[in-house]
Amino acid sequence: MRAWYRHRLKAWHLFLIPFCLLWGYPFIWMISAAFKSQREMLLGGLSIIPQDWTLRNFQRAWTTARFGDYTINTITYSVTVVILVLLVSALAGYALARKGLPGKKAIVAVLVVTMFIPHGYTIIPTFLLVNGLGLNNGLLGAALAQAGPVLVVPVLLFMGFFAGIPKELEEAARVDGAGYPRTFFQIMLPLAKPVIGTVALMQFISAWNAFFIPLVFTLGRPDLRTLGVGMFNFFGQNSTDWTGLAAGACIAVIPIIVVFLFLQRTFVEGIAGAVKS
Amino acid sequence: MTTTQSRGGTVAASSAPPPARGGTTVHRPPLLPRLRKHWWSYVFLIPMILLFGAFTVWPMIASWWYAFFDWDGVGAATDWVGLGNFTEVLGNEMFWQAFWNSFLFSVVAICVEMPLALLFAILLNNHRLRGRDLYRLALFLPVVATTAVVGIVFAVLFDPAGGVVNDTLTGLGLIDRPINFLGSTTTALPTLMGIDLWKGFGITLIYWLAALQTVPKEIYEASRIDGANSGQQLRYVTLPMLTPIAIVILLLVFQRSLNTFDLVQATTQGGPVRSTDVVPTYIYRYAFDPFIQAPRYGFACAAGVVFGLLTLVITLMQAPLLRHRYKAGAA
Repeated sequence: MRAWYRHRLKAWHLFLIPFCLLWGYPFIWMISAAFKSQREMLLGGLSIIPQDWTLRNFQRAWTTARFGDYTINTITYSVTVVILVLLVSALAGYALARKGLPGKKAIVAVLVVTMFIPHGYTIIPTFLLVNGLGLNNGLLGAALAQAGPVLVVPVLLFMGFFAGIPKELEEAARVDGAGYPRTFFQIMLPLAKPVIGTVALMQFISAWNAFFIPLVFTLGRPDLRTLGVGMFNFFGQNSTDWTGLAAGACIAVIPIIVVFLFLQRTFVEGIAGAVKS
Repeated sequence: MTTTQSRGGTVAASSAPPPARGGTTVHRPPLLPRLRKHWWSYVFLIPMILLFGAFTVWPMIASWWYAFFDWDGVGAATDWVGLGNFTEVLGNEMFWQAFWNSFLFSVVAICVEMPLALLFAILLNNHRLRGRDLYRLALFLPVVATTAVVGIVFAVLFDPAGGVVNDTLTGLGLIDRPINFLGSTTTALPTLMGIDLWKGFGITLIYWLAALQTVPKEIYEASRIDGANSGQQLRYVTLPMLTPIAIVILLLVFQRSLNTFDLVQATTQGGPVRSTDVVPTYIYRYAFDPFIQAPRYGFACAAGVVFGLLTLVITLMQAPLLRHRYKAGAA
């Protein structure tokens, strides 16, 4: 009985291995096509390993299709979003962790409620507001629009973390003459490294992958496109340059996958934590 | 109001605020000194209130306001049309088509993706399965990849002229001539749903795996002693224990799938002949499409508001059912 059970478990590999390979096929195709010559692609080679390896596609994507610029834009955009979210949510989370802060419950309630009320699509007022601030067609405006709605979970994470720190630590700092801001920046914030890591990683990945907001806010400035938006426009104009597309896709997707692979535990735990709590 | 404040003021002046007792009636210290005591906290809250207020709360309110105007975004909104935009949205067949498609994305995510991900989660939760971390990673990778980019990669794979999928299918003799997966009104929507499932599967899988972690091991042991086999364990132990979390997962999956934009915009832009149009692409078209003569911000806002209300209604319709099941799961 036992042996049969163990064999049955092993039999699952016969299903899982091909399934996962098929699942990952788009990535495999992407990488292999990026190194194939355009000629080989046109002849319809289905083989995964390119006949003659070439870096031409990457060159073309990087310079002609401006993926180099797009990469820099994407990094600027993502880093700005991460810094904004971290700073704003850490400050707010610290303040909201205080016991007996008047208005605390109301603020937390508003935060949570907006997360659960479906509010349709509010991109237009956001767009008009950024326009009104004179930040349209700039990456800062897009970063603000991206950072605003995603604050809730980071604020709650920081709040939960700071509320769990013993009060004595704060009091000791106060006795030593540290004021409120100094206690926060020099003592409390360094303690919050795990939360900072989780929030930074989650926000970096979602900002890197964002499409709607960068698309809307760079309509008038093609030079500020991020990778996703650039890819979209490249596809619209050159839908036949498949190897160039594949190289562009690699430039857009592989860095973020590498970041994820190094820090996957943090990321997966972050998502899982959202469900459990 | 004034009396309580003056009374409280004397208390605070004479002594420190009394400590809150465990009882139900707490003698609260007066508001003003408490505000003053916490004023640094309020300073710390200002950036969040500004950012969140400006980019989340304000857009929610302003959507409603703009929806009453016929407005192309030039100058101030002055052309009040009352409920005109709303009646136009509700009477617009294209809007309902887009809404129906958005809804179908949710139906597929809830009825296909969720159960499928649960099966994989149960399988991958088995400690004796070798290499389960690797499988999990492979299934999760699509989640991390940029939707717009993988959408375009899929568009190439599904291309009728030399795309890998069609080449393979014709090569195997399964089809006679290539299928225009994303270019025909009958196949485009199911194809996009398939890609959407591929993209979102990993997140749902992680949700379920997290949920399975919450089931205490002792219960399995107890049920095994009682003679339950693995099928019975699944039916009578795992599934009932998962119900409360399943409801949370359901809501998360529902929200995500209803807001499909990136994939559709990147691949078909709602076409062919609007057969894959979803509400977000519909709104985008009226407000931002470079090929329209003048944007219709008011109308697009009205469509957004109607979409939000319809979603709210659907969510509320689920509520009694969910509460019932939640109780059953908790009991």
